[in-house]
Amino acid sequence: MANGNGNNRTSPERRPRIGFYVCHCGVNIAGTVDCAEVARYVGTLPGVVLSRDYKYMCSDPGQELIQKDIAEYKLERVVVASCSPLLHEHTFRTAVEKGGLNPFFFHMVNIREHNSWVHTDRAEATAKARDLARAAIERVARHKPLETKRVPIKPVTLIVGGGIAGIHAALTLANAGKQVILVEREPTIGGHMAKFDKTFPTLDCAACILTPKMSAVGAHPNIRLLTYSEVVKVDGFVGNYKVTIRRKPRYIDEEKCVGCQDCISACVFKQPKFTDEFNEGLGKRKPVYIPFPQATPQVVAIDSNVCLNFRNGPDGSRVVSDKCKKTCVEACGDRNAIDFTQKERFEEIEVGTIIVATGFQAFDAKRLPAYGYGRYPNVFTALEVERMVNASGPTGGHVVLRDGKTEPKTVGIIHCVGSRDKKTNRWCSRVCCMYSMKLAHLIKEHTHAEVYNFYIDIRTPGKGYEEFYNQLLDEGVHFVRGRVGEVTDWAITPEEEGKLVIRVEDTLAGVVRRIPVDMVVLATGLEPRSDAQEVRRLFNMSCGSEGFFLERHPKLAPVSTFNDGVYIAGACQGPKDIPDTVAQAGAAAAEALSLIDKGYVEQEPNTAFVLEDECSGCKSCIPLCPYSAIQFDDARGKAVINEALCKGCGTCVGSCPSGSIVQNLFDDEEIFSEIEGVLAYE
Amino acid sequence: MKYGYFPGCSLKGTGRAYEESLLPVLRHLGVELVELEDWNCCGATAYMAVDEGKACALAARNLALAERGGFQQLMAPCSACYLVLNKTQHYLDESPAMRRKVEGALGTVSLKLSRQTPVRHPLDVLLHDVGVEAIRQKVTRPLSGLRVAPYYGCQVVRPYATFDDQANPTSMDQLLKALGAEVVDWPLKTKCCGGSLTGTLPVAGLRLAYLLLKEAKKRGADAIATVCPLCQFNLDAYHDKIAARWEPVRLPTVYFTQLMGLAFGMPAHTLGLQRGFVPLELPAPTAA
Repeated sequence: MANGNGNNRTSPERRPRIGFYVCHCGVNIAGTVDCAEVARYVGTLPGVVLSRDYKYMCSDPGQELIQKDIAEYKLERVVVASCSPLLHEHTFRTAVEKGGLNPFFFHMVNIREHNSWVHTDRAEATAKARDLARAAIERVARHKPLETKRVPIKPVTLIVGGGIAGIHAALTLANAGKQVILVEREPTIGGHMAKFDKTFPTLDCAACILTPKMSAVGAHPNIRLLTYSEVVKVDGFVGNYKVTIRRKPRYIDEEKCVGCQDCISACVFKQPKFTDEFNEGLGKRKPVYIPFPQATPQVVAIDSNVCLNFRNGPDGSRVVSDKCKKTCVEACGDRNAIDFTQKERFEEIEVGTIIVATGFQAFDAKRLPAYGYGRYPNVFTALEVERMVNASGPTGGHVVLRDGKTEPKTVGIIHCVGSRDKKTNRWCSRVCCMYSMKLAHLIKEHTHAEVYNFYIDIRTPGKGYEEFYNQLLDEGVHFVRGRVGEVTDWAITPEEEGKLVIRVEDTLAGVVRRIPVDMVVLATGLEPRSDAQEVRRLFNMSCGSEGFFLERHPKLAPVSTFNDGVYIAGACQGPKDIPDTVAQAGAAAAEALSLIDKGYVEQEPNTAFVLEDECSGCKSCIPLCPYSAIQFDDARGKAVINEALCKGCGTCVGSCPSGSIVQNLFDDEEIFSEIEGVLAYE
Repeated sequence: MKYGYFPGCSLKGTGRAYEESLLPVLRHLGVELVELEDWNCCGATAYMAVDEGKACALAARNLALAERGGFQQLMAPCSACYLVLNKTQHYLDESPAMRRKVEGALGTVSLKLSRQTPVRHPLDVLLHDVGVEAIRQKVTRPLSGLRVAPYYGCQVVRPYATFDDQANPTSMDQLLKALGAEVVDWPLKTKCCGGSLTGTLPVAGLRLAYLLLKEAKKRGADAIATVCPLCQFNLDAYHDKIAARWEPVRLPTVYFTQLMGLAFGMPAHTLGLQRGFVPLELPAPTAA
């Protein structure tokens, strides 16, 4: 394939004139590395016509120094030894380009993250800096001129996940006139927030502030809403992603369904009988259902796992049996919205940018058997209680015990269940203190029960949060400081008979207490969704050690990922409350918007290409390419690499048995000279 | 299945009924135990608190003997031995300084520790190596109608929950069900029996034993099944003192291996059952 880059191989006979700069980075580098010594040493190497040390190379005077020296000393190559190329490679390449050289006649040496920050011995760190610099000098002499290419951005954004993060990001972009495709796995958007009754600390009704945004998404001309759908494949690169979406059959024609719900009333199951996921299993639903009154889209779904019109097929999947009387179809009548023949479909879309907002899952309280969830009926999770206090919930807004009718007189809320715990999850889930206090307030309001909060520390760093805590103290909610040891039905006094006993070390009073209660609420923490690793691979992102998606930089690029054009927002990046989630969603939308409005991306030229004469056509490289960038040209019997898709990972280069694949910036000559440089003995 | 066997002092003394039932039951299931030659005291939990280095060396000598004997795994039926040997192994893994010290001490008597010898509890071996199904097949006299409260004590699941859950272990429950017994679910499975407090601070120690017996009785248990010699002793030996201070809570406490032997059709006296203070009475077999 014709390739402007990399074909001008330099002859090594004549050494180009090299300029070398070593940066002090204040004391970040100079504190451990003797920079003047490194500069002196590198100045003695062949080809180096100039060698300097300087306090801050990234500063404007530092950059101007490079430009000035290129002209004055007729430099042909530049090496800077400083921080990680992730931070300033672009800065220095630009400076070199402004000085009149090809920007790739530059190489950067990391003597901070890879050296001064991780070593303490000054002599050894200085020796290491000399070795790394020598390798760079050898390498840069062999650099070839390369060009960056511009690729246009498709002005469409894919948003994955229809919780409050995805909703807010979608509306922000759509209101700016951009096209959005919002994909949600469940039959409705709304996410966790749709399940909440009130939001802390203002206690405004969650549905009242969320549902207007949900309807706006449903009605927006710039938003295409794909519910009950999942992303299964992502190909391409920033600006030009090809995404495959699996549309699960809901057995309802979304265009024809008007949301009248006549089919639900007409279902042959007169009473709801099946676990209602939306109500955390506290309520029941029918096989044909709508998750909650304000669901968006207002379209029912049929659960083929329990609908009588389906049976198990030979491979275990559900197939139509046509055994049901189909009273739902009758009720739907001329609207004809019910379609039992629907099959799973795959749809391919093209987008330029992607925002991943897949949220969290609540910690499974059964993982801590000491708290008795699943063993003692009156131990609840916080989400269950959220549904109970909600007027549209399974108990119509009444907080009751598992028998469905008795109001609790005493309630214990246990904080940090599956948070701040070496045995489960080590992190603080950030929202539990506040939602526990919110539930304490609501339970007290609904039942007048005595409410105890068992906490390790109360964490209220948010606007109005500490004030809310003080309000709870005034309301007479009890706060006991200590991690609860266990919840038991072991009564040793008459008052404890028939109750759940919470055993806790009260660390303020310095005593072990047994507190009998009617109901226990477990404030379960937030954790990455169980399929976070698969999603990470799908979008070529990274996860932190705890499993949340990793941002490009914890402070300065909090919504970017290491995959250009893919952004993250909300609790999939780490536990956060609604205000922070919305702020992040707005930030992710702004990042996508700035790319779209710029119109193009510059592509790194460190791509691989095939030396046609040497390629034997063995095809061994093709299945190895993680980006599907290699095709086979049948007519010529050669492998061809699509430069636009190649990410420069080098896998094909290493695997090619005939050595006929070369990668720009990483050709054999460059790499071997670098190795020789680092190993050369003084 | 062959294991090195570390009986520890209890199984040769107060807990001899444990050994008397363990050995025939395991033999019946095809598990071969070979007693470690020249084994010594594990040091129990007390010595660890006095001098960690010496305590580790003492316990590690047994691990080194197991290695010298060519055993791939070592069985320690007493909860204290099981814990101390496991704890020693953890200490040696986590602290190179401790390992140097212990290896030095062992070196003076020509012993060495070059590999890990997993220390297993009989419950773990029975459940995971033998399997519940194989045990069920050996049952000839099911314990039908016997309501048993499984009592694990503190040490087999804490701090190292290697084979069962820390807060709610269930391995013995499964075993007892396979024997045909009715398992009494109670929340005190891993509560303290009083340990050595029954000797040093009897009021505190006996109170714990009393509360356990009371709760088991309250929940309708005919017997408590235990895996630990000290638990068995504390729950069985002090009924007169408990009755004098609080109320009578007479309830037999037996080793789970004794119940296994009975279910396998072995005579009670061959299982050390005559040694208990509160005798176990089996319900009359129901007509099949």
